Amino acid sequence: MDSRDPAETLAMTEQNPEPQASPEAGAGLPRSTISIAGESATTPAKRSREIGNVELQGLNAYYGSNHAVRNVSLGFDSAKVTAIIGPSGCGKSTMVRCINRMHEEIAGARSEGRVLLDGLDLYDPRIDIVAVRRSVGMVFQKPNPFPTMSVIDNVTAGLRLTGASRGELEERGHQALIGAGLWDEVKDRLKGPGVGLSGGQQQRLCIARALAVDPEVLLMDEPCSALDPMATLRIEELIGELKERVTIVIVTHNMQQAARVADTTVFMLDGELVEVGPTDEIFTKPNDDRTEQYVTGKFG
Amino acid sequence: MNGAESHALLLDRGNLKRRNRVSKLVSLSSTIAALLAVAVLLIVVGSVLSKGIGALSIHFLTTPMGLFGDTTGGISNAIVGTGIIVGIAALMAIPVGMLVAIYTTEFAPDRIGHAIRFVLDLLNGVPTIITGIFVYGLMVAGNRQSGFAGSVALAIIMLPIVARTAQEVLALVPGALKEAAYALGIARWRTLLRVTLPTAAGGLLTGSLLAVARVAGETAPLILTCSIFGQGLLTEPGEALASIPIFIFQSSESPSPEAHTQAWAAALILIVFVLVLNIIARAFYARSRKRMGA
Repeated sequence: MDSRDPAETLAMTEQNPEPQASPEAGAGLPRSTISIAGESATTPAKRSREIGNVELQGLNAYYGSNHAVRNVSLGFDSAKVTAIIGPSGCGKSTMVRCINRMHEEIAGARSEGRVLLDGLDLYDPRIDIVAVRRSVGMVFQKPNPFPTMSVIDNVTAGLRLTGASRGELEERGHQALIGAGLWDEVKDRLKGPGVGLSGGQQQRLCIARALAVDPEVLLMDEPCSALDPMATLRIEELIGELKERVTIVIVTHNMQQAARVADTTVFMLDGELVEVGPTDEIFTKPNDDRTEQYVTGKFG
Repeated sequence: MNGAESHALLLDRGNLKRRNRVSKLVSLSSTIAALLAVAVLLIVVGSVLSKGIGALSIHFLTTPMGLFGDTTGGISNAIVGTGIIVGIAALMAIPVGMLVAIYTTEFAPDRIGHAIRFVLDLLNGVPTIITGIFVYGLMVAGNRQSGFAGSVALAIIMLPIVARTAQEVLALVPGALKEAAYALGIARWRTLLRVTLPTAAGGLLTGSLLAVARVAGETAPLILTCSIFGQGLLTEPGEALASIPIFIFQSSESPSPEAHTQAWAAALILIVFVLVLNIIARAFYARSRKRMGA
């Protein structure tokens, strides 16, 4: 499973030139890399940004007879933030949920086509869905910390099933909270309830929870839509910091947000991919009339 | 059209008084009905209290009942017997009821889930004397009465109550929490154990306590399955055990007024037990709802 074939990636922006190994980020932690049973089970703990490339090939998604995502082919580059914009119901969220195979959790939902993570087809029948979701983390619209768990237990919820030792849990929980920019605010209330935090803190707690299992890709489905402007700003800053560690795909209704955080922007309409490009181009000189009309507020 | 003319539309058109009267009548009659319901409870509790409190004593609570007609004894054997019978019934009905609820809310396809819900509602509507006869035919006829037979009858009555309340509570757990767990790569069964059940715990406990409270006073099934018991404090579920409802029933049949007072006192014990269970159940439910953001 050689994952580094640039020719095979339908990358819309240029590849990250230097494959920077950032040793300080997550140093010493084992990579959680999915693999097909029988093939190499682990990759070395090297943190090369060569990993975390996602590619959709002819992706179609359905809810019963409703064709929500229509033949989308698209690449998401590692160490980049990609924003997905488009009017309500255009299939943004559905497309993103196909990447971590959450789409199929909905009754009557199915998808066709391929989703490749570093060249590995996540819809291969031999793939372990649980492992997919550990490699591709997700943050939802509304903060959803587990109400029965403390702050620290929320962060380590995804880790605890791995049989990690107490010390390791503590350490990785600590790292994840630092990574999510929440440590200073909660260090004195780690044992307090997760739902006792403010909305913005709860959302960063959910980001920390997703980061703790050390994913390669982080999907964010309108992560700020339930937050006030200050909390939103805090999350946007965080996205800028996190992109060195994970590939970020963010669905947003807010075009200013896309312009602020994203390197690449994708515009979707009625389930179809209309245009992909560097964010400033999409917002200043889009190729497609529909994109122009949408970003200038003529519809949507 | 000037201002006064247009505002004329706002004036009474002849039926305003009548409408106000109807409105008052409806709110008054529903208030009276509500007061009536509360009054019934107060009258029942009040009369049980006033008639039973006289016979209540430490001696009454700690002494087993005497021979039929002898009113010098107490109800310690009935309290212990009810505890054992209801306890065994709860041990049988609660785990099964929980699993039924988990199956229908988490795993069953919609149609099967609906069918099971319907069956549970039917089971809940079966008169308890029927359940008693069923267990009598199954376990007592040709054999003998036992505390265990009583437990089986009570467990059958508890099962739909436990399962239905647990279903309602599990359905209240926000889907977003399960989604969050799945998205973290937490497997389905682990999500159930670590996220869904802890979140719903208070409500699940509530349903179980209500079911216990409900069957603690069941009399008809016990008359058929566990009413002819020996003297003294019995604790062996293989034999027929005394119970508070049966004690109330038999004492009230007795010609002696002292026995009647004892029946009232036992009724008081039962009603206090049920009220306390209900209050505890409510407290747990309130906590659980808060947790689920309802």
